[in-house]
Amino acid sequence: MTAYDARFRVWRGDAEGGSLRDFTVEVHDGEVVLDIVHRIQATQASDLAVRWNCKAGKCGSCSAEVNGRPRLMCMTRMSVFARDETVTITPLRAFPVVRDLVTDVSFNYAKAREVPAFVPPEGVAAGAYRMQQVDVERSQEFRKCIECFLCQDTCHVVRDHEENKAAFAGPRFLMRVAELDMHPLDAAAEAGLDRKRAAQEEHGLGYCNITKCCTEVCPEGIRITDNALIPLKERAVDRKYDPLVWLGSRIRRRSDSDPR
Amino acid sequence: MAQVERQQWDVVVVGAGGAGLRAAIEARERGARTAVICKSLFGKAHTVMAEGGIAASMGNVNDHDNWQVHFRDTMRGGKFLNQWRMAELHAKEAPDRVWELETWGALFDRTPDGRISQRNFGGHEYPRLAHVGDRTGLELIRTLQQKIVQLQQEDFKEYGDHEARLKVFQECTVTRVLKDGARVSGTFCYERESGRFFVLEAPAVVLATGGIGKSFKTTSNSWEYTGDGHALALLAGAPLLNMEFVQFHPTGMVWPPSVKGILVTESVRGDGGVLRNSEGERFMFDYVPDVFKEKYAESEEEGDRWYEDPDHNRRPPELLPRDEVARAINSEVKAGRGSPHGGVFLDVSTRMPAERIKRRLPSMYHQFKELADVDITAEPMEVGPTCHYVMGGIAVDSDTAATVGVPGLFAAGEVAGGMHGSNRLGGNSLSDLLVFGRRAGLHAAGYASEGGARPVVSQEQIDAAAAEALAPFHAAEGAENPYTLHQELQTTMNDLVGIIRREAEMAEALERLAALRVRAARAGVEGHRQFNPGWHLALDLRNMLLVSECVARAALERTESRGGHTREDRPAMEREWRPVNLLCRPVDPPPADPAADRIVLVRTRTEPIRPDLLALFEKEELAKYLAEEELCE
Repeated sequence: MTAYDARFRVWRGDAEGGSLRDFTVEVHDGEVVLDIVHRIQATQASDLAVRWNCKAGKCGSCSAEVNGRPRLMCMTRMSVFARDETVTITPLRAFPVVRDLVTDVSFNYAKAREVPAFVPPEGVAAGAYRMQQVDVERSQEFRKCIECFLCQDTCHVVRDHEENKAAFAGPRFLMRVAELDMHPLDAAAEAGLDRKRAAQEEHGLGYCNITKCCTEVCPEGIRITDNALIPLKERAVDRKYDPLVWLGSRIRRRSDSDPR
Repeated sequence: MAQVERQQWDVVVVGAGGAGLRAAIEARERGARTAVICKSLFGKAHTVMAEGGIAASMGNVNDHDNWQVHFRDTMRGGKFLNQWRMAELHAKEAPDRVWELETWGALFDRTPDGRISQRNFGGHEYPRLAHVGDRTGLELIRTLQQKIVQLQQEDFKEYGDHEARLKVFQECTVTRVLKDGARVSGTFCYERESGRFFVLEAPAVVLATGGIGKSFKTTSNSWEYTGDGHALALLAGAPLLNMEFVQFHPTGMVWPPSVKGILVTESVRGDGGVLRNSEGERFMFDYVPDVFKEKYAESEEEGDRWYEDPDHNRRPPELLPRDEVARAINSEVKAGRGSPHGGVFLDVSTRMPAERIKRRLPSMYHQFKELADVDITAEPMEVGPTCHYVMGGIAVDSDTAATVGVPGLFAAGEVAGGMHGSNRLGGNSLSDLLVFGRRAGLHAAGYASEGGARPVVSQEQIDAAAAEALAPFHAAEGAENPYTLHQELQTTMNDLVGIIRREAEMAEALERLAALRVRAARAGVEGHRQFNPGWHLALDLRNMLLVSECVARAALERTESRGGHTREDRPAMEREWRPVNLLCRPVDPPPADPAADRIVLVRTRTEPIRPDLLALFEKEELAKYLAEEELCE
């Protein structure tokens, strides 16, 4: 494979407004979309704003929408596009634009603060925690989350409904509730905190109608809907009051290798 | 006169990786009102890239392990140049720091009896690394992040304000540590989003900014690693220690070019992966140095048996310390036995079943599949050395993490020097962050509470800092492009002060750095101050150029090879160099001419190693490392 010139359309602007700008950029073997954005910065638009850090899919900073789909730019290879295809990059739609591809993601940090933290078990000293691998694995899957917020961006509960943001924590933080609820040693209940009820009453679990969009965009492959949200719904309310839970339990698919 | 917002805090922590967050937690729990300031979003720090684990001698997998063994391994790995008191504190306190994470909600992988599992790693005698698959750094950051949120929830209950006593200023950069006479008085900062300047006034500042890798072309480091803390300390008058020691991790990706340098965790080898050259040979058996001869297997059979029966066999040489493995790979490639893309082969596919690989090394499986079209369960990876870590750093007091000569300034984590000597063992970084992050927070809070008049931030300092930060917007005609300057700096350091060094090349590097400084003084940017990466880079260049000068100057001075400093013209480790520390001090006052040297080197002697710690080693082993006069003492 050799270098070629690709056509890019990148949204540029700020809170006041903006538009798509055209760029023609050289693309080399094995490159990802973030490489191309960096080349535009270095050669054509030094002030093009973009967040990034690790460039290895581990930090979750370079989230954007590539041809309308929420993705990490560092993990989107140029080889998935045809050479004559125009690649369009726009900022995450569910969050207010700061500048160019950078959005204001403070919504997520506000929601993180609303989830009560891990409650350590009383009378168990540091160093004396005992847990079985099979028991920690459920929460470990959710702790793979790199907080790229692609699930928060794609979830239609808030994507097109700004008014729902106050009442809905979004998949990432409902998953955080599930993670704590499944932690083998979390002592929330002993401290008088019902995480399941809080998920329903305070974090808006009922808004989720398990369309699995969050799972589809997760770059870590976390089965957010199947393994976090549906079990949380099942534990939160008696299933007969939530037909969607009943439906979810029918259409659920878990991977074969997954023993859970 | 620059009108900027001023805020008053007790402790300001610069950097929100493992060390910074641990320092902030400690300072806040000790009652100090604490501000954390970081260049990225909260929770994105470079620590998330750490894969293998946290070294701590809990003895969960092999109960022969204890702090003394960990201390010995650390000193051997660093070729005895380590600040021994730091290595001692680190080995003693690491288990408590790991267990404490569990009480904050961390979920490590488990042993069959339910304790924290520990894995093998290069240079560690026993399985010692607490881990979560190959994403341990992410677990560490998330746990500390969530602990900070928990403290903020407490404050919200008490004061109605999450940020009453602990606030994170995310996506903000510090360009100067401010002083009142000799003492620290705060930091000058800008908000990346708006470009707005502000000042955090505080009697104590903790630098926890990580490393310097972005001065090199091939690196595993993120954009944040521009040596900010190193430069801030120097500019505030605090010296750096042994900056010639830069770790090239043996296994970075080499193909395709856009991912060159991205880390391939040492866990691949810890879990059984082997290195082969193009002739299919496990070449590491040819590269066991004399000081390690008795501790490593001599045949493939013995090395393979070790995984099952470590008490009666010696470990395979793939698990030598990183400096040895990196040099070996470099030599194989140079001898024409490299892989098609200029690395060697790292194979785990023939060593364990596919399911086990996916479970133990999920990120590696994912990374190669997604970025290189390589299925590591079916074929070998191609790997080569990548700039990974700087052992050198700000000179600190071992117990308090206080810098030298600047009261109120502390440093912890990668930005601090001494702990790792000339070479860091894998897994000793995450534990370093926790042990010394906590100590820095503790002593910074103590210092801040000592009472007396708060130091004052003068308007002159603010005006000078603001003018310096705005200079790239006032560049005249023919301004230099910061991206071009950065690329040239990376090429210079990679090619001339890289993994294998030669006198003439390092001298040339110093000349090129002087020329780059002259051009960087003319760096100019387009646009305005709102989230402008060109401007941010132009400001970071000052730091990268200063730190690169330290590395090149110290490397030229040290006429031996040791750990992360390898000289082709001086290939032997010289015992006379063992007790020598090289301190980089700023030229005072700073020269107006950008071409002039910024750094002077000062030689100091290391503190003699305490006798009870020396007694942990055999006499014969010490004779290989210590200088003649040290042995007599």
